[in-house]
Amino acid sequence: MSISTRPLPSPSRTGPGELSPAAGAGGPLPGVPRLSARLLYQVQRLLAPNAGYRWLARWTAASPARTRIFTAAERAAKARLFGCQMCGQCTLPVTGYACPMSCPKQLRNGPCGGVGADGSCEVYPAMRCVWVVAYERAESQGRVADLRLLQRPVDHRERGRSSWVNYWLGRDEGLWTADDGLAAAPRIWRAGPP
Amino acid sequence: MSAGNGRAAMAGPGRADGWEPDALRRRLQSGEQAVTAEIGPPRGADPAAIGRKVEPLRGWVDAVNITDNQSAHTRMSSWAGSLFALAAMVPPVMQVTCRDRNRIALQSDLLSAAALGIPNVLLMTGDHPRFGDHPEAKPVFDLDSVQLLWAARTMRDEGRLLSGRTLDPPPGWLIGAVENPFAPPSAFRAARLGKKAAAGAEFVQTQYVFDVPAFGRWLAEVRDLGLDQRCRILAGAGPIRSLRALAHLQRGVPGISVPDDVGRRLRGVPQDRVADEGLRLCAEIIQQVLALPGVSGVHVMAPGFEHGIPAILEAAGVPPRSRLRPPVPAPAASGQERSGHAD
Repeated sequence: MSISTRPLPSPSRTGPGELSPAAGAGGPLPGVPRLSARLLYQVQRLLAPNAGYRWLARWTAASPARTRIFTAAERAAKARLFGCQMCGQCTLPVTGYACPMSCPKQLRNGPCGGVGADGSCEVYPAMRCVWVVAYERAESQGRVADLRLLQRPVDHRERGRSSWVNYWLGRDEGLWTADDGLAAAPRIWRAGPP
Repeated sequence: MSAGNGRAAMAGPGRADGWEPDALRRRLQSGEQAVTAEIGPPRGADPAAIGRKVEPLRGWVDAVNITDNQSAHTRMSSWAGSLFALAAMVPPVMQVTCRDRNRIALQSDLLSAAALGIPNVLLMTGDHPRFGDHPEAKPVFDLDSVQLLWAARTMRDEGRLLSGRTLDPPPGWLIGAVENPFAPPSAFRAARLGKKAAAGAEFVQTQYVFDVPAFGRWLAEVRDLGLDQRCRILAGAGPIRSLRALAHLQRGVPGISVPDDVGRRLRGVPQDRVADEGLRLCAEIIQQVLALPGVSGVHVMAPGFEHGIPAILEAAGVPPRSRLRPPVPAPAASGQERSGHAD
């Protein structure tokens, strides 16, 4: 991944210029969402696919230049707001708008077992666990049930592509299961065995 | 080596010598309390190291975990260690982490494990390389633990890879997971086990239990969700054998919480009695957790002190496996082998 997509470390820890190579080595740093969960769930409703967005997405995707510009804008906004890693298959709407791909282990299904008693990240103890943040934000909006959905494996071919275009064009259907999977064994494939 | 033995023996439980690679599955199915332990493979090419470590455990445990480069320190691989355990006639639980392999290699190793007669696998995320002896290594984490459990269940029960391609024949291991009941966000930990159960975990081994009341609170949530019925809970336990180890754990090993009263108790005995007191405390914790509804067994971890595990179990009143009723020979061997797969 490029340096520009790397999330900024928390202000209390160090400035971006002081980010040591060691701290950045070996994967992402926990992202810190910059906007409230409440606001983002409202924005989510505004961004729901409709004819206009579908047209915009098709128009964007039809031109490599437009795709580049649109994707660069998405990257800049989401890197700043969430520590987005541009996985291209955005799970923010069901993770309290805390980015699981900014977890150093990129865990999409919940926290690892090493979270500190104070909610700190095991790998970067000066920072908060992405999933502790996700839980608090989801709980504050009555969205804890979202976290029980099973997130399917990431398609690494989508890395660097616009998840907004994917979303509006319906390409990211089935990224997660419809329910918690306890009543009937969920299929691991997004649509039938490939 | 043991591959043929493991396969043949798995098909026919109830051999006269008590060798039963599938003991853990049978124990969990029958509702008897299971016992597992854990050993780390050697840092070196010694073919006898695993045998030496598992030997004292034979007859005391239903299976022994073989760790997968634990704490991100390079060791002999868990599948090789599992083969050595099979050769020593102690059934292995092969640990597999997501840290070092992508989905292609993970599925390949899982298939190999099944072909080699390894009866149990334990699928987990794994420690980050930053804590290991190669902190400069590239972390993989292509799948997370839930996705790896899900992939394994799909391989076994649907006979397919993540690619959708079919497996002939499909693997047949028992699938396990791990969970830490104590780490934040604590209100999500039972639900997290629910995700693992939904993905395919049939049993779970927990982080060390030192705080029994906190474990009981997590367990109550697990029971409320009905998870103990579909994913058997093995409570983690292990002795603190020195004040140095206590201080280390209390200073904050990620994911481990040691309540103050445990510290007071160990500091309250003379220096030369700390080790004994630690063993006694461990045995008491094992007794307490086994008495809790929803607990199906205990997982004992004593790194570097594996030979002391039988004494801890004895002090806790957990009988050696050989003293439990022998397995009933199955009418059809193949039926026995597959009976644990549907849940």
